[in-house]
Amino acid sequence: MDKSATYNDKVVRQFSIMVVIWGIVGMLVGVIIAAQLIWPALNFDLPFLTYARLRPLHTNAVIFAFGGSALFATSYYVVQRTCHVRLAFDKLAAFTFWGWQLVILLAAITLPLGITQSKEYAELEWPIDLLIAVVWVSYAIVFFGTIAKRRIKHIYVANWFYGAFIITVAVLHIFNNLAVPVSLTKSYSIYTGVVDGMMQWWYGHNAVGFFLTAGFLGMMYYFVPKQAGRPVYSYRLSVVHFWSLIAVYMWAGPHHLHYTSLPDWAQTLGMVFSVVLLAPSWGGMINGIMTLSGAWHKLRSDPILKFMIVSLSFYGMSTFEGPMMSIKTVNALSHYTDWTIGHVHSGALGWVAMMTIGTMYCLIPRLYNKEAMYSTKLIDVHFWTSTIGVVLYAVALWVAGITQGLMWRAVNADGTLTYSFVESLKATYPYYGLRLIGGLLFFSGMFIMAYNVWKTISDKKPVPVAVLEPA
Amino acid sequence: MPAFWHWFVAAGTILFVVWCVWLIRWAGRQGPQNVADDQVVGHVWDGDLEEWNNPAPRWWLYLYFITILWAVGYMIAYPGLGTFDGVLGWSQHGQYEEEMQTAENKYTPIYERYAAMGFAELQSEPDAMRLGASLYASYCTTCHGSGARGAPGYPNLTDNDWLWGNSEAAITTSIRNGRMGVMPVLAPALGGDAGIDNMVAYVKSLSGLAEADANAMSAQPMFVALCSACHTAEGTGNPALGAPNLTDDTWLYGGSDEAIRTTITQGRNGVMPAHGELLGDDRSKILAAYIASLSQQ
Repeated sequence: MDKSATYNDKVVRQFSIMVVIWGIVGMLVGVIIAAQLIWPALNFDLPFLTYARLRPLHTNAVIFAFGGSALFATSYYVVQRTCHVRLAFDKLAAFTFWGWQLVILLAAITLPLGITQSKEYAELEWPIDLLIAVVWVSYAIVFFGTIAKRRIKHIYVANWFYGAFIITVAVLHIFNNLAVPVSLTKSYSIYTGVVDGMMQWWYGHNAVGFFLTAGFLGMMYYFVPKQAGRPVYSYRLSVVHFWSLIAVYMWAGPHHLHYTSLPDWAQTLGMVFSVVLLAPSWGGMINGIMTLSGAWHKLRSDPILKFMIVSLSFYGMSTFEGPMMSIKTVNALSHYTDWTIGHVHSGALGWVAMMTIGTMYCLIPRLYNKEAMYSTKLIDVHFWTSTIGVVLYAVALWVAGITQGLMWRAVNADGTLTYSFVESLKATYPYYGLRLIGGLLFFSGMFIMAYNVWKTISDKKPVPVAVLEPA
Repeated sequence: MPAFWHWFVAAGTILFVVWCVWLIRWAGRQGPQNVADDQVVGHVWDGDLEEWNNPAPRWWLYLYFITILWAVGYMIAYPGLGTFDGVLGWSQHGQYEEEMQTAENKYTPIYERYAAMGFAELQSEPDAMRLGASLYASYCTTCHGSGARGAPGYPNLTDNDWLWGNSEAAITTSIRNGRMGVMPVLAPALGGDAGIDNMVAYVKSLSGLAEADANAMSAQPMFVALCSACHTAEGTGNPALGAPNLTDDTWLYGGSDEAIRTTITQGRNGVMPAHGELLGDDRSKILAAYIASLSQQ
């Protein structure tokens, strides 16, 4: 068969397998640092095992290695299917795979060595940042090149979200990482003081908004209707919430800098647009859940749909929680506490990871010409392990965070603080334990997935799939 | 903020608010291509992917609209639109000043009562001691520990050994002005490893940790020449300089051969930071009285 008449699924398969592997690696590091919070001696007095170096390794591994691989895999798959053409530029697509893996490898080496820009989620030093920029621009060329040669006039909604995610992450990454190098492993940001803080959180919050939200909404918009076998609930809703989401998210960053030296006006804009963001965020949840509505009976037999509906529920929950936490009076209680970590994980585990896992169970058999995964039962087991894990995790850190916030602000009748910091830490210990159990459960689910994936693909040599003619 | 940036921020903000409102209005109208609300739009992708033309839920549009209304109201009330200060005149600095003033008014009478009291009187007031304990927990535990028993380099506050003296004035000064305890590097004057070893042995013999044998005693003249200026010839220390008494069994940096050797070869720099500006005179004194009480238990 003519190669151009088939889909390029090789790069999709490569990224999909790495999703499982990086998921295990990233969550393993997460479990280790969660344990270190309870037993600090677990760093064995080795610098590269200390919490401060492993924590950025954890966040980079789960966001950019696990989440990033999932976004590459699904966007390459979806853009081909919904444009009815083979992916543009095979070689460049292959470069994005190997380039991205190299970025991850370099991160896994440099972060434990303590080589860092000290910017949250943008720790990697300038040579790696340059590589990321090159890979990302290549990604954009492949993705938009495919859109450009599409054989169907209308661009499917999933591609709007993937497209917005790819463009915005390029802009965010490049501008936040502008720096003056002084050696191969050290650079200084061109921004100083509060401008540096503002740039960092403009980047930081939009990494959440575009990497972990818009990108995964793209995933949701293809795989939820596919798996449910039903049309998307509302085209009009998708238009309104897409254009609202990408316009409003850009403003939300300053809510990370409430009551700091950031000027009042910037804090206000960050806060009010975060609150306005509630409805645009919920638009995606409504469209997802209402697409499943009418197929509820399928939840009895299809654990993949269960992953997706729980994911959408966590998405709705954390996009309510986020605007609420951005309100100054709430933020005054929640900021700097473990509530923030709980919020991040109900998004990252509940929404991002659950959607990724459900999608991979839907996608991987299709990539290896199989009807379904090796074991539906094991998907169900994985579903319950993950769900219980993320619920324990989130609840533990909500209680811990609110406890900390209340203890820190408690004041005696004479104006002195009621509790010392260490007392609040002591009060947090039981919840750190609960959080570790939740994390371990979620982590163990990834091994069930790895086994199931292995049994599904190990005996099959994939054959190329012919491009479908547009309807 | 320069006028250009004021207008840039204000106009940009208003533009985005208008954009959101326009989107809501668009969503309220009939969908594309005159397709009825309960029909599919007509695009098909990948064999079976379609979209209904359902309108966006009413409650959702209302929710969206209400948040925008609230945002507009908030930006009228509070600073947000460039240099516009908001009609309420709120600022975070203003809020800080106000809260500090409220606290000042509320708590000053409490401290005024204690201002005239000496240590003994303060220590007999349970409320004052509770206050002192809270201050201790907030400001001192990081170095001296929650039990006040110190750590290597950070003095134990529960024993009766005082580097800088235990008078009311001495303890209060330690808290208010801080202290710098400096042990200089003296090894070069001791004539090599053997000289250092002998000095270590001599220092240990002062407190009975080691026998005063011939080697140890050979360092005595050097001790008198080099160390006595601060520690006195007998090694009993000098609170005016914060020089520790070497004849007791308290060892700020450890009493092992290795620790003493390090003290002599590398010197020590003990720092107690000044808390006067942070705490003010009244609180400093109450805290000092509390700390003095710890060694009397």
